Amino acid sequence: MMNNKALFNFLLLIISFISLISCSEGDTRLTLDERSIIYCSEGSPESFNPQLTSSGTTSDATSKLLYNSLVIFDETNNQLNSSIAKSWHVTKDGRKITFYLRQDVEFHQTQYFTPSRKLNADDIIFTFNRILETDHPYHFVSGGHYPFFHSVKFSELVEKIEKINDFTVRFELKRNNSSFLANLTTDYAIILSAEYGQQLINQGTPHHLDIMPIGTGPFKLKDYRVGSLIRYYRHDQYWQEKTKIEQLVFDISPRETTRLTKLLAKECDVSSYPIAHEIITQRDDLTLESITALNVSYLGFNTQKKPFNNKLVRQAISMALNKKAIIETVYQGKASTAKSIIPETSWAYNDETPEQIYNPKKAKLLLNIAGYANGFDMDIWAMPVQRAYNPNALTMAKLIQTDLKKIGVNVKIISYEWSTFLRQLSQGKHQSFLLGWSADHPDPDNFFTPILACSESKVGNNRTFWCNKKYDTLLAKALSTNNVDERKQYYKEAMALIYQEAPLLPIAHSKRFQSRDNKVIGPIISNFGGLSFHNVYKQNHLKALKQSSNILPRIEVIE
Amino acid sequence: MLRFTFRRLSLFILTMFVLTIISFSLSFLFPGDAVINHSGQINATASELQILNTAYKTDENIVSQFFAYLQHILNGDLGQSMASQSPISSEIRLLLPATIELSLIALIISMTVGIPLGFIAAIKHEKLGDNVILSLAMLGYSIPVFWLGLLAIHHFSVNLGWLPSAGKLSLLFEIEFVTGIQFIDILLSDSPYKWQAFKDATLHILLPACVIAIAPATIFIRLSRTVMIEVLSASYIKAARAKGLSFNQIIFRHAIRNAMIKIIRHVGLQFANLVTIAMVTEVIFSWPGIGRWLIESIYQRDYTAIQGGLLVLSCFIFIVHILIDFIYAALNPLARGKKYGS
Repeated sequence: MMNNKALFNFLLLIISFISLISCSEGDTRLTLDERSIIYCSEGSPESFNPQLTSSGTTSDATSKLLYNSLVIFDETNNQLNSSIAKSWHVTKDGRKITFYLRQDVEFHQTQYFTPSRKLNADDIIFTFNRILETDHPYHFVSGGHYPFFHSVKFSELVEKIEKINDFTVRFELKRNNSSFLANLTTDYAIILSAEYGQQLINQGTPHHLDIMPIGTGPFKLKDYRVGSLIRYYRHDQYWQEKTKIEQLVFDISPRETTRLTKLLAKECDVSSYPIAHEIITQRDDLTLESITALNVSYLGFNTQKKPFNNKLVRQAISMALNKKAIIETVYQGKASTAKSIIPETSWAYNDETPEQIYNPKKAKLLLNIAGYANGFDMDIWAMPVQRAYNPNALTMAKLIQTDLKKIGVNVKIISYEWSTFLRQLSQGKHQSFLLGWSADHPDPDNFFTPILACSESKVGNNRTFWCNKKYDTLLAKALSTNNVDERKQYYKEAMALIYQEAPLLPIAHSKRFQSRDNKVIGPIISNFGGLSFHNVYKQNHLKALKQSSNILPRIEVIE
Repeated sequence: MLRFTFRRLSLFILTMFVLTIISFSLSFLFPGDAVINHSGQINATASELQILNTAYKTDENIVSQFFAYLQHILNGDLGQSMASQSPISSEIRLLLPATIELSLIALIISMTVGIPLGFIAAIKHEKLGDNVILSLAMLGYSIPVFWLGLLAIHHFSVNLGWLPSAGKLSLLFEIEFVTGIQFIDILLSDSPYKWQAFKDATLHILLPACVIAIAPATIFIRLSRTVMIEVLSASYIKAARAKGLSFNQIIFRHAIRNAMIKIIRHVGLQFANLVTIAMVTEVIFSWPGIGRWLIESIYQRDYTAIQGGLLVLSCFIFIVHILIDFIYAALNPLARGKKYGS
């Protein structure tokens, strides 16, 4: 009797299942799968407001999906482009910047907020005053830390923000700074809704501003479950062409193997940071792509300490290192050789920039001239943590050790726990060190100033303690002009100076990888900033060809 | 029957009582303060701690402490998870249905595959068919489930791409939580993609359910084979044959019915075994059930969750046992007698 019952249940299941397949196949409309994209992401965002964090995972999941910025950076011609601000005007002294806003920008309508008006100047002022004014009702909500704006000294730079009329805003700066506009293009300079802010204050739940986001971007948040998924719906009143996909789901899968399995089993359409690149490239239905990230790893010398206060010694060591072998071993080829401190994708990069060429013989010669014919002992401080720009500093240090032994230099590798490491470095206890830098925004100043400017050697990140007046003057000149060609020239000179003086040896710019199903068309990752799904859609073909035309030219498709 | 029911109930209450004693004593055996292990409130302030101490009567003797703890459990308060700081009872409410669903479907699969195969083996006793089925059963029984699960993912999900490897439903579908049993929730929902979701849920459950079903199925094969051989050699079968009934008539009218009764009795035992296998399988297939949650709690040293989870899971298995006993008693009048009451 039980057997009959069980059999009956099972048969019922099978029958319903078969009938399902047959009825869904007859349906000619797009299936839910064809209207949606699942993205396997590597972690949960800390917040839904990128102003508050510096983590890439957070800005990936928020900036370009939920929000817009005033201006954007156009990668095809390396210039600023309009976004929420349809145009802007900078006065001759560069201290007053006026933005003319679009008048058709709609905020998201969700279960928790219904906008009564379109975006206007109040929203811009609300957004930036939150960061600038400590007495703003939202300044200390969610902690009151704005890491990116702090790092570019935003509050020291901006005198005030003025509303000229409903759709015109003027920023007054204390001094001219040509990277100011570039700062506004970053993933962190997004625009919030002042009306929503007011509503939340009335409701007594101001912290919802950063966890139940309202923006103007192509997607709106539908559902978020920590550690499991983020669900976005299309923003139907988006001011640009609305996206073709209706639903975007972030499947949060921190384990690399899980992401790979899900990609191979077609449970996600796009996967972040994939492992096992060979397997993906072997498959005809998957594409592996990469971009060179805006970062650099380098070997820095303490220019205040013997023997590295001697320029010749620094040059000699730089020449003695086989960068190619380092990149093969430490990055497994997943990085490009750094010629200077900025990646080749930056607009300020110049092909004529000289590069330290591997030449141990000449290195030995230089050491002789410098008076170290018998070599010397030195230490290298290798950072104890993994970073995108340097996945394994210890191995890198060991390779350097072997290289330097050939020219008679004995290397001792030193490593501390990360916070101790940084503290000891800032006290200058080191001779040389392996560190790196990830830029926050595409403006080249974000590389030149924090890594090597004299002012940074006292309070900032410049651990070479290299203080060069000529270099600082070049950077200041570059910042005070808005002429891109002039700025390029200054940065070219600055790079040449770094080459001559060799306060550090740039080693590699790491790459960011992503893999996707060939059905998914359109650019997702870009050289600058977070993910964009605005122009992404699914091809309604079973077997899509390996496409490349729809991907931006800078993105390499690895065959 | 009344006596039978009474016996089962008293057994249930006694067992649950012993289980709560074990779970209560765990709080003292785990590192840390017993009150915090009971309640899971690791960030309690001094005043909150004061309230907890009163609630759990920590300043009184161990017996009244135990009854205070028992009272909390009977009120459905299992404390809160040390890791997520949300009530354990509500977490279990969300996760247990998924495990029940997976185990039930696995049980159905293992029975529908295992029992007929066992009968065939018994009918072909000591012939080729018997040997083949027995060796297959031996093979299936010896394969470790975690290895089989990975192998199944590798073959069916990665290489062939037929079945999904993780979760119980594609994330694209938004199905509201009503009962927690996915199939029922889908049928209850008003999503326009209801049938696509149903199909997707079926595809998702197939692989983990089959992996779980393998080991119990092999046990059902051997069990039903033994039972069937026993039944076939019984004298009433001989009598039926002497009466001139055909082979099919003997098997379907007499043998299967009598054998089934004996098999049903063992389903309860097998269910406990099956839930254990399901816990490991849930981890492999990222199935959002109580097994995976419990194993994660063990990794995170979430003592309150371990206690609560064990209590609920063993209670669940025990209830299934009793239910099966009742079904058995309903099917078999002999079992209702005095001597089966124990």
